[in-house]
Amino acid sequence: MPIVLKCHAGLGSKVTGTALVADDNFSARYDLDRLKGMFSRPQHKLYGQSYADKILVLVTAKGGVASAWMLREMTERKLAPKAIIFDRTNTILAQGAAFADMTMVDRFEAGRPSDLIRTGDELLIDPENGEVTILNRDA
Amino acid sequence: MRMTDEEEAMLAGAAGPARQWAIKHQLAVGKFFDAADFVSVAQAHIMADTESLGESGVAWLESLAALPQKDRRVRIPTITDPRGLDMDSYKRLRQSDAMATLEARPVTAFEALGVLMTNTCINYQTVLPPVRGEHLAMGDTGVVIYSNGVQGARSNFEGGPSALAAGLTGRTPRYGFHLDQHRIGTRHFHVTHQPRDLADWGALGGIVGRATNSYWGVPVVTGIDSAPNSDALKHFGAALASFGSVAMFHMPGITPEAATLTEAFGGKPAPAAETIGAEAYEAFFANFAAKGDKVDVVVFAAPQLSIIEMEQLAGLLDGRQIDKATTLIVATSPENKFAADRMGLTARIEGAGGVVAAGICFYQSYAREMAEANGWQRLLTNSAKLVNIIAGYGYKPSLASMERCVESACQGRIV
Repeated sequence: MPIVLKCHAGLGSKVTGTALVADDNFSARYDLDRLKGMFSRPQHKLYGQSYADKILVLVTAKGGVASAWMLREMTERKLAPKAIIFDRTNTILAQGAAFADMTMVDRFEAGRPSDLIRTGDELLIDPENGEVTILNRDA
Repeated sequence: MRMTDEEEAMLAGAAGPARQWAIKHQLAVGKFFDAADFVSVAQAHIMADTESLGESGVAWLESLAALPQKDRRVRIPTITDPRGLDMDSYKRLRQSDAMATLEARPVTAFEALGVLMTNTCINYQTVLPPVRGEHLAMGDTGVVIYSNGVQGARSNFEGGPSALAAGLTGRTPRYGFHLDQHRIGTRHFHVTHQPRDLADWGALGGIVGRATNSYWGVPVVTGIDSAPNSDALKHFGAALASFGSVAMFHMPGITPEAATLTEAFGGKPAPAAETIGAEAYEAFFANFAAKGDKVDVVVFAAPQLSIIEMEQLAGLLDGRQIDKATTLIVATSPENKFAADRMGLTARIEGAGGVVAAGICFYQSYAREMAEANGWQRLLTNSAKLVNIIAGYGYKPSLASMERCVESACQGRIV
């Protein structure tokens, strides 16, 4: 049986993809080189890694109102994460996901998603029903 | 979410496609955050510099601006955060003509929407200060935390699209800091070392922000021995928001929603305090120390400077000359720039070799491209917010007081 994690109902549509996980936070303005699709802030735990087409699994969204515009711009340039999973998002990233039509979920029943999901896990996110399924591991 | 007849009509498209998009967007966000209904807001403040908008965001704004006038005008006073470029100083900062051309397009679009181009992140000092209990839709995290914490107004961090949506509909979903229950203290910090200058206030904001590290956290800070001025709380709040994504704080006896410590925690006993002493500040500054390094650019911004900060800076630069290999930049609001010109402050700062830019805030202004064009790497500032942000753009940031920043700019090395 694949592992099913319950969370709050989210934004965007159903999506599958590969997880990129860190016990760290997220700001499109502070942390990314959006032209290259890489994490660029040296202190970030995903520094130097590509986020393109990944499902990011992080703790929270950091300040930086610009992220709301940036998610849509990244999506239109086809150099964006497929989805973002947070333990708890801030308002800006949720607004940005709504504007970009990007899938986003948070508030998990079983704890922090960065503790529950591993880098490389294959995920199915169902935002309407508030569920994330880890397809490659059994409960 | 409960909706009024007017809101249902907007959703059905009766008020045109811009308002239909806006309320649809707000409904999605409101449902995500379990909002029960919408709340009317008195002002909206939009962060929409061209660097973050990109070509796609600019084109999207232009599509709204092309609608008939009755369908596109904002319904409440709607103002703007700093822009990507100052037309009077961009060449001196080696920003490109292509950036200037792109910058002109959203400005035209916003004007067609009825947005006032205030281009400032210190609107609470310069435009229309928020009032206790007022519901707002503010962009710029520093504006939100100042409005909530210092002035007792009510706003969430509203990203550019959401702030514009609020301008178009005159409302926002009622969640987060619009609700009493989210404004109550969650953490208690006791300061045993008083901040001495703006860099210290920023450091304190950074320390508390790192520890709180949540949009939903509300730090309560005690031990401040006298009321700080607006610039001090501006730097404190901006750093708190930047390091911790925090949108609200209390300082009992100083900020309006907490006359006492008990009140800050909603009538419940305060949790045990986490102490912040001199060693915490020293450790914070040590993260950004680079004594003896050549300094490429000294930046006073983030937030934009008040006229009082500009006067202090001009005083420190009187009779001095900035090193030829170092650039010193001051960012302020357009209104303050006019005032600084009139009062002779701009001439004093630029006479020493500085650049005074209006309507930008440095980090929102193609910081990476400026670094590449000017060969900048080592950046020195008295803004804790800026040192937190700017490393992501390829800079090596250092933090020091305004006095040490000026001395370093004149020597060309960090003193």
